[in-house]
Amino acid sequence: MLGTTRIIQSSDKPDLFSFKNIRLDFPILEEKVHGKQLVYLDSAATTQKPRVVIDTLRDYYEKCNSNVHRAVHYLGEKATRGYESSRKSIAQFINAEDVREIVFTRGTTESVNLVASSYGRTFLKPGDEVLISYLEHHSNIVPWQIVCNQTGAQLKVAPINDQGEIILEEFKKLLSPKTKIVSIAQVSNALGTINPLEKMIPMAHDVGAVVLVDGAQAASHMSVDVQKLGCDFYAFSGHKIYGPTGIGVLYGKAHLLEKMPPYHGGGEMILSVTFEKTTYNEIPYKFEAGTPNIAGAFGMQAALKYVSGIGLDNIAAYESGLLQYATLKLSRIPGLKLIGTAKNKACVLSFTLEGIHPHDIGTILDREGVAIRTGHHCAMPVMQRFGVPATARVSLGIYNNREDIDIFVEALLKVGEIFR
Amino acid sequence: MSLQELYQEVIVDHSKSPRNFGKIDRASHAEGYNPLCGDKVDVYVKLDGNRVKEISFKGNGCAISTASASLMTEFAKLKTIEEVRKVSDEFQSMITHEDYEPHMDIGKLAVFQGVREFPTRVKCATLAWHTLKSALKGREEIVSTE
Ligand SMILES: Cc1ncc(COP(=O)(O)O)c(C=O)c1O
Repeated sequence: MLGTTRIIQSSDKPDLFSFKNIRLDFPILEEKVHGKQLVYLDSAATTQKPRVVIDTLRDYYEKCNSNVHRAVHYLGEKATRGYESSRKSIAQFINAEDVREIVFTRGTTESVNLVASSYGRTFLKPGDEVLISYLEHHSNIVPWQIVCNQTGAQLKVAPINDQGEIILEEFKKLLSPKTKIVSIAQVSNALGTINPLEKMIPMAHDVGAVVLVDGAQAASHMSVDVQKLGCDFYAFSGHKIYGPTGIGVLYGKAHLLEKMPPYHGGGEMILSVTFEKTTYNEIPYKFEAGTPNIAGAFGMQAALKYVSGIGLDNIAAYESGLLQYATLKLSRIPGLKLIGTAKNKACVLSFTLEGIHPHDIGTILDREGVAIRTGHHCAMPVMQRFGVPATARVSLGIYNNREDIDIFVEALLKVGEIFR
Repeated sequence: MSLQELYQEVIVDHSKSPRNFGKIDRASHAEGYNPLCGDKVDVYVKLDGNRVKEISFKGNGCAISTASASLMTEFAKLKTIEEVRKVSDEFQSMITHEDYEPHMDIGKLAVFQGVREFPTRVKCATLAWHTLKSALKGREEIVSTE
């Protein structure tokens, strides 16, 4: 559970969290790796889970497990209530107008595929255009390539500058009445860039496009208000916001979801079935065929409650301090080049070390207990844009602190020693 | 297994100054790719009968994959195709089998033994060898580790 004295006051750093306490909420941080204390710097890949989430999953299976929306018995009713209560929490978390606008999925990837398949295949025509950016994760590229191939629509890609920011003038130039769908990450997983959606979404709406926001990397770092953003769809994953894997969300404006055909067929998504005709269920159930990840929904609710308890604005402020500290420390390392230096950035630091391949950096740091990600981060176009085959990436979460960064920098110096 | 055992001096040396680096014109060629880390290697071979007359590689990879390619080219030069195949199999078994027992002397290539303890790095060490095999078959195709 959340402690009562989360916020401590100190003269020079007002409102700084007591992150010592936050770390205690995450059992995995006690683990030793190769005999060293684990320093987890790969939260953009997946976040670690607080004890409340782990306990919620266990409690669900021990005390509640049952199928949803099907049984008259006690457990079935309890599971259904919990599942729907989670949907409500998600709606509140992103400030959706209507709880029916929240569709459970397996994660961001499935959410994007759902929109691409259902909305895209229904409404895209030859000559139409889908606009994405150079910053996108493969899961916000490939589904659009597939649907463009199927429909004859064209995929357009907004370029980025040397800092890793989308060039707004170019983005605007690529928009036209042909643009039917714009799909953009709120935060880039490879570089950490926070995109100016408050400018981009109105531009897209001006030409009549619907906008999907890939919030996979954003939801855990900043407060999200889908009504204020004005996006038509918003996708995010439970496991990147301190919740379980295998559960995620697609938010969609009700009037859009209503005119979209189902994505999968099966149980749950129907009202009645005969061999002549099937009547589909209402939204959001129309999109939730089959037995869903019920435990995941419970766990996701626990995770959202946990981060809301800390406060997304507090998290954003804390992480921004950490990012500044880490950026400063890294900038002092000879031969280190930061890839992605946007003015507006989330807690992600992608970098290369002169003469040393990221893969070697990753292995050496791992032996020091420091977990970072190396590779192309499922964003190969970004790597190509910066002319590197791969980068090393540090990404931070609420349980990280300055000491983690110091240990990481220490370990980085070892890399230099081995390759001296 | 320590890092020093993985990154032995020979490996660091070959990764920093790879031997037989570059393209050979009018040679058999194959391209290897490891999508996991983006490592790419091109291997070029020219045969004289069934003997490797010239061999080189080009590429962009981590220390393990670069050193492996470099040491491989050093080794394979002037060997017969049959010898190269045998050593390639021995090398593969050395870094993938936990209870590996040497069947033959593979000289300097033994420095890669430590890779066995780093499962995420096995493919880095074998990429060049897979690619060489393919070049020897004279097939122009991309070899992928996945
Ligand atoms: C920006 C972004 N979009 C989409 C995804 C895909 O999320 P998931 O794998 O949870 O479906 C990720 C995950 O790495 C991501 O970082």
